[in-house]
Amino acid sequence: MKMTGAEIIVRLLEQKGIEKVAGIPGAANLHLYHALKESKIKHVLARHEQGAGFMAQGMARTTGRAGVCFTTSGPGATNLLTAIADAKLDSVPIVAITGQVASAAIGTDAFQEIDTYGLTVPITKHNFLVRKPEELLTIIPEAFHIAESGRPGPVVIDIPKDVQQQSCTFEAWPVFKEPGKGRPVTTNEVREIALRINEADRPVILAGGGVNTEESAALIIKLAETNNIPVTYTMRGIGCISPNHRLSLGMIGMHGTRYANALIEEADLLIALGARFDDRATGVSSNFCQNSEIIHIDIDASEINKIKKADYSLNASAEDVLREIIPFIQVNKREQWIDRFSELKSEMPYVSAPEEGEDIFHPLNIIKSVAHHVPEDSIISTDVGQHQMWVAQVWPFKNPRTFISSSGLGTMGFGVPAAIGAALANPRKKVVCFSGDGSILMNIQELVTMSENNLNITVLVFNNQSLGLVRQHQELFFSKNYMATQFEAKPDFPAIARAFGISGMDLTTSANPLDDLMNALEHPGPVLVNVPINTSEKVLPMVRPGAPNKDMIY
Amino acid sequence: METKNQLIIELHVNNHPGVMSHITGLFSRRGYNMEGILCGTIGEGETSIIYLLVAEDEKLEQIVLQLKKLYDVLDVKVRKNYDHAVFYNIEKLLAKGGV
Repeated sequence: MKMTGAEIIVRLLEQKGIEKVAGIPGAANLHLYHALKESKIKHVLARHEQGAGFMAQGMARTTGRAGVCFTTSGPGATNLLTAIADAKLDSVPIVAITGQVASAAIGTDAFQEIDTYGLTVPITKHNFLVRKPEELLTIIPEAFHIAESGRPGPVVIDIPKDVQQQSCTFEAWPVFKEPGKGRPVTTNEVREIALRINEADRPVILAGGGVNTEESAALIIKLAETNNIPVTYTMRGIGCISPNHRLSLGMIGMHGTRYANALIEEADLLIALGARFDDRATGVSSNFCQNSEIIHIDIDASEINKIKKADYSLNASAEDVLREIIPFIQVNKREQWIDRFSELKSEMPYVSAPEEGEDIFHPLNIIKSVAHHVPEDSIISTDVGQHQMWVAQVWPFKNPRTFISSSGLGTMGFGVPAAIGAALANPRKKVVCFSGDGSILMNIQELVTMSENNLNITVLVFNNQSLGLVRQHQELFFSKNYMATQFEAKPDFPAIARAFGISGMDLTTSANPLDDLMNALEHPGPVLVNVPINTSEKVLPMVRPGAPNKDMIY
Repeated sequence: METKNQLIIELHVNNHPGVMSHITGLFSRRGYNMEGILCGTIGEGETSIIYLLVAEDEKLEQIVLQLKKLYDVLDVKVRKNYDHAVFYNIEKLLAKGGV
């Protein structure tokens, strides 16, 4: 066979089963776009490369398979960096294919030349600079394999213009390997861990992003129910167990439940599954679970003992370990421990909101109303800030991969393009994007992409006319010095939405705001709804930065 | 010469222009110290050996685990027995009076 580099890329993406790609063309990837013309792959034109990166993430986070985005060299690649770094911190598999100036021009400060390879070294799982078209036959399958294997992550393939243009001859297409799932676990290893669990008096499970899949979630529930182990989760673990399950402690950490943060400190055994002891989850890590033994199971060997020294650890897929361990787990009622859990739960009730009739615009009430109204398998994306924490606290997530949010990097501007990616990958599902009047402006241009593709997305802008979560820190920890967090200009977001070609609605002026909100949710195409929020509302409870988790402000 | 609780991490790596930046980038990104580095190709030039002189401290376990994750790193060994002279007399590499 004889093909150009660009044709090889497109054929290989088709063979990998990629149906949709987000991106923006430019001088250094025009050959790739030229080859895409002949393909059945649907290209979704983003309006900023960061948007394209988050669309790829939206596809990946909801399916577990690598999402793909294309950008040109120079500014195309630099604009993409935040989305790549975000994917790295949240272990999201994406493959970013960036155009590069012609090989001969590399190093000459050519037009739109930057060192994409160098810039992406610290924020990717791996990156490649392709030197010859025939290398694409090994690099592209390898990039997907790296992105999707073990602990997933972003991979960048930087491809000079001439490599896309040149032809090469080759004998056969490469084979895409199945993603690696980690080493097999032995019965002895599993028995050891099972013994610790069976002998513990006060065990707690901490579930992270590594177990946020349907298979793992079912196994966690089985383990927890068999042995009566309370389960808490990090933000990336949301969806692995329903918050209404009798053994669910809700989310741990800075804005988690008080009883999760309290009960975990009374545990004699912490079972961390696919979790990395992030500081937003643990607070000051040296104070975290000082008196409990720790079992840490993670597919990434470097996470074990990185933050917390584990007493027992297994470097393997948590799903595999769970499957193997369950037959060795004894049935145990643990009445005392479960009683203690119930006691704490009633002593420290969850975040409270006024009765719905009293304040329908209370952010928690709005979130609950929306949750009652949309199908259970809806996908919820958020931006970053107070609205994100409120959704994490009260949305009744029952299914893995339904909450997509920038957890590790905390990137404002994530919500809208990630919702687009989610909608592209799940055309039959309802997608709701919760955003804020701060965050939405960071990628508002993607409302055009939403409009152009007529996606079934409802964007709710929680509008408190401020950078609410930062303002909250200033209120609590910086003597109410609201430096640079209160907006003076008040954009008319529904008008902006309409200008971009999607429906816009403002509940501020609505006679029947709840009815209007429900109508907006039922509207089949893209809608933006402005939801006025009282500026003084705070995300509570909260761990003061630098304080131990159990001392929460509430 | 005293070895100051240092040791050598021996890396067997793929040999292409980006490999060194992955290794040095890992050290700067994660705040590890590297006291010395020595590198050369082996065999047909497809792969290289890199010797990193590092402090023997509590970060060592993490450094080794993070290095093992790098795609182009084929093998990692920790060596306590080495001739440290090469690192402390580096200026002798160039002949006296040479340019």
